[in-house]
Amino acid sequence: MDLSHIFNSKKFFSISFYAVLFSLLSFSAYSQEHTAADTSHVPATAEHAEATEKDEDISKVILHHIADSHEWHFFGNVSIPLPVILWTDNGLVTFLSNKFGHNDHGTEILDADGTKLVNYHGKFYYPSDVKSADGTYISHDSKGELLNGKPLDISITKNVVSLLISVTVLLIVFIGIAGSYKKREGKAPKGLQSILEPIILFVRDDIAKPQLGHRYKGFMPYLLTVFFFVWLNNLMGLIPFFPGGANLTGNIAVTMMLALCTFVLTTVNGNKNYWGHVFTPHVPWWLYPLMIPVEIVGLFVKPVALMIRLFANITAGHILILSLISLIFILKSVFVAGIAIPFVLFISVIELVVGFIQAFIFTILSALFIGMAVEEHAEH
Amino acid sequence: MILLALNPLVSPDPGLFIWSTVTFLILFFLLSKFAWKPIVKALDERERSIEDALAKAEMAKAEMAKLISENEDLLKEARLERDSILKEAKEIKDQIVNDAKDQAKSEGAKLIEKAKIEITNQKLAAMAEIKNQVSSLSIEIAEKVLRKQFEDQGKQQALVNDLLKEVKLN
Repeated sequence: MDLSHIFNSKKFFSISFYAVLFSLLSFSAYSQEHTAADTSHVPATAEHAEATEKDEDISKVILHHIADSHEWHFFGNVSIPLPVILWTDNGLVTFLSNKFGHNDHGTEILDADGTKLVNYHGKFYYPSDVKSADGTYISHDSKGELLNGKPLDISITKNVVSLLISVTVLLIVFIGIAGSYKKREGKAPKGLQSILEPIILFVRDDIAKPQLGHRYKGFMPYLLTVFFFVWLNNLMGLIPFFPGGANLTGNIAVTMMLALCTFVLTTVNGNKNYWGHVFTPHVPWWLYPLMIPVEIVGLFVKPVALMIRLFANITAGHILILSLISLIFILKSVFVAGIAIPFVLFISVIELVVGFIQAFIFTILSALFIGMAVEEHAEH
Repeated sequence: MILLALNPLVSPDPGLFIWSTVTFLILFFLLSKFAWKPIVKALDERERSIEDALAKAEMAKAEMAKLISENEDLLKEARLERDSILKEAKEIKDQIVNDAKDQAKSEGAKLIEKAKIEITNQKLAAMAEIKNQVSSLSIEIAEKVLRKQFEDQGKQQALVNDLLKEVKLN
């Protein structure tokens, strides 16, 4: 699948669509800020206060949808409880998330096998000794930051379940088509094989080969795994109901893990040339005190940029879609749906493309960074 | 305010980080071993075989063209050869005809010559015969004449006497 010409010819299109995307994003950010300003300034009338509270609720709802959760919510009161696994001061504590009901306001102390816990906004903390003024066992400092301690939460959350589902799908699909490659050796691809083969070839010919040259073979498994992992999870995130709906690639822990993998590969495979470029850059010696720190920072900035790019793009898409839907509730009119739903549809279609593009960008940048690390001859 | 609200989003959750790392690494190793290796290998092999087939087809085409041109050359050569053979044959034929003509001519001439000689010989033989005939006839005639003359004894005596005279004189 040779997509490079599309990327080139449709450059204008992609730029314009990003422009639209960012303008919409900044608009929603602006409106949120605006409402935030409202709350701090004028709690004038009761009606107004109610409206702002509603707005705040909606931004909470949006964030709640994007964030991880200890249960998989379907609709209304229907949800699958997921196992909570905590490494507390008293050792390992496990229970199903619905064991203590759905109180996540931190107003109740939960007793899990002798370990006292409090559920505050879906996260488990050790309760404060005394109840705070707002009725919770959570205490904040003057800046509003939480003071409570927290056990290490290694629960099977919604994102973990989604992760396991996507990994299972990937394993079944690709080990399956590997089988058909063995069975139909030397023959033309068929079925699923012929759908995925162009994409595998795309990763090989348009991502790995241009960035890595003749060394591409050793990095193909990593690049293919990353590409399909990110792509599948981007797409699954767009499905609004089970088994999708978890915002896995829009979760910074996951993108951090992926970026860390690329960073480890880059660092492990970095050759003399690469490190030479970092510690003896091609500049006059008196610039070394400036250049070497810059280069060292550059080593870490690259994976951090990878991490933030994927996280921000996918999260932004989710926030955008949820914000557009929330408009119906903010404006309290069903007619808004006439505008909001086509917009949501439009953004969803864009998100489909973004899902692919972000997987592509993550993979090509990983390949580029690895390529820079294994390059024999610095081109300067 | 907003920043604080976003805060949980940008602070990585250690649990999810651990789970995703473990799962991703397992996925990576399983896929590398059981999926990517055979797939990439099969793709490479198929590509190579296609390239081989194409190269072979190209070679066969070149071979074909070569054969065709060779055939044409052969045909041309054959035609030339045929022409030269025909020409040669014609020449040989002409020569043979000419030779035959010449031979016939010379043979004829020889025969004529021979015939002429024969004729001369025959003529001479006939002449000799005739001469013999004439001489014997004339002898016969002379004999007869003589016989007639010497039928009478006196004449014979006279002759003998004459002859004897002649001998005595000698």
